[in-house]
Amino acid sequence: MASPLRRRRALALLTYGSIAVLAVVISPLVGSTDVDLARALDRRIPFAENADAQILFVARLPRTLAGALVGATLAAAGVVFQGLLRNPLATPFTLGVSAGAALGAMLAITFGWSFGTAGVPAVTTASFAGAGAAVGIVYGLARARQRGLSTEVLLLAGVTMNAFFSALILFVQYFADFAETYRTLRWLMGDLDVGSYTPLVTAVPLVALAFVAFAWLARPLNLLNLGAAGAETHGLDVTRAQRIAFISASLATGAAVSVGGPIGFIGIIVPHLVRLMTGADHRIVLPAAALFGAAFLVACDLVARTAMAPIELPVGIITALVGGPFFLWLLVRKA
Amino acid sequence: MLRAADVSFSYGRPGRAPGVLHGASFEVEDGGFAGILGPNGSGKTTLLRLLSGTARPASGRVTLDGRDLATMGRAALARRMAVVPQETRLAFEYSVLEVVTMGRYPHLGAFEVEGPADLAICRDALAQTGTSHLEDRPFTTLSGGEKQRVVIAAALAQIGSSHGAILLLDEPTAALDLGYQLETARLLRDLQARLRLTVVISTHDLNFAASLCRSLLLLRDGRVLAAGPTDRVLAPDTIAALYDVEADVRHHDAAGHLVVVPVARIAGR
Repeated sequence: MASPLRRRRALALLTYGSIAVLAVVISPLVGSTDVDLARALDRRIPFAENADAQILFVARLPRTLAGALVGATLAAAGVVFQGLLRNPLATPFTLGVSAGAALGAMLAITFGWSFGTAGVPAVTTASFAGAGAAVGIVYGLARARQRGLSTEVLLLAGVTMNAFFSALILFVQYFADFAETYRTLRWLMGDLDVGSYTPLVTAVPLVALAFVAFAWLARPLNLLNLGAAGAETHGLDVTRAQRIAFISASLATGAAVSVGGPIGFIGIIVPHLVRLMTGADHRIVLPAAALFGAAFLVACDLVARTAMAPIELPVGIITALVGGPFFLWLLVRKA
Repeated sequence: MLRAADVSFSYGRPGRAPGVLHGASFEVEDGGFAGILGPNGSGKTTLLRLLSGTARPASGRVTLDGRDLATMGRAALARRMAVVPQETRLAFEYSVLEVVTMGRYPHLGAFEVEGPADLAICRDALAQTGTSHLEDRPFTTLSGGEKQRVVIAAALAQIGSSHGAILLLDEPTAALDLGYQLETARLLRDLQARLRLTVVISTHDLNFAASLCRSLLLLRDGRVLAAGPTDRVLAPDTIAALYDVEADVRHHDAAGHLVVVPVARIAGR
């Protein structure tokens, strides 16, 4: 007999999986130029002469896949951070990951670094390194105060790091020239126009590693809801679970931000909508949020590409326009 | 038998922080019902944390059937012993059944899903605590008394079938009004008798302890003032030493246990 949880999880995976697949299939076919799918898939036409195939496989598909990867990652990381901090208003960026990534990206842009390895642009590498640095500092601070991990210190240190890194960014920008500042600003908006498959291929192993950790974390995150003491008397090694949650979710967020920039609100909107529909059990919420996050960001990016065609807006603007009011609604609904 | 032998503990600098213990000893035999009594900051909760293994004594030992808790695995200990905290607040809307199902955590492997047998144990725990009808309700919407019952059900699901199961409760009635206090007392008495649990509660409520516990340990400033059977320990002189309160202790026939009536504060102590 299948347990109710298995059945509920299978149903959620089927539902949200179908939505995600649908989004990923439809999105590349829609855009300011019409793509003839039959022609694009026609192997008899050489790729160099096949404009439909070029638009589909070089311009749109990487962008769609980037949306799916980043959306899934940010949504799942949001779930993990909310569970870790026992706070439904936490986001993947609450603990300073995005600010660190932004600082790294800004430095790479402003100083024209070009240590891009194996086709990965320097900006991507630098933003991931910046995220890592921010996470390391916040983690060190939270460890210093007590044995184990203090979630209060995590939260406060994260918020402070966000402000501090933003100040550093402004400081350097003050001396940067117009073109560099413009590129930094564009990066901060969050954009999925990755231009090739390379950033995706680099990010996938990191994200995959994090998702293995997330799968293990599902039940520990349920227990952490009882509080550290309650989770511990249920037999959970709380410190280890918190450490794995923090590191894996930060790693995943860093990888996602290095691909698409700090695209906001995905990590809070998606977990909330999913929880409203599936309940709170992380064994269902985590995979459902990842799938729905993928679909949601791909859909937002579709809007970003087509709403003001032929101008393609950065997707971060769309998610923030949707997410801001949504976040406020959540805040008011709670009270 | 659960036993703490000459345990000391301090949160911060020794002797400065509240809630420290100085060489306290405590024991409860299998099937016993023990209370740890004392004023705020006397070390009750700390002693309970040492007994549950969530804190390790700076000196002394805590043993379960002669085995040091420090040498037992977390999951093994959790299958044998459950803790009911003073209050449970959840950040997300778990259903009552989901909360009780969390009790099965130490019985399952890392990626294992609870099966029909686990669910049956959880439903039985709900029935034992009279909360079956709440199964699908979001935990956050329950009243304080209902929450406490559900958390006790989760504890039963956690330790239920094991021999010599132990239930530790930290001030289980501190956040409850009088009606729920009586209800919780009756539930604990029933469960203890029916399932032959070993129960340890910490409380500052003398009458709640007198209505339930067969043995008592009185703590003040991290030291043991008195320990032994409830009838012997609960006396005017020990209460005066414990709370600086002059009290009348007598047997109440209708209630069926000792009752303590505080009369006056003893000045100058």
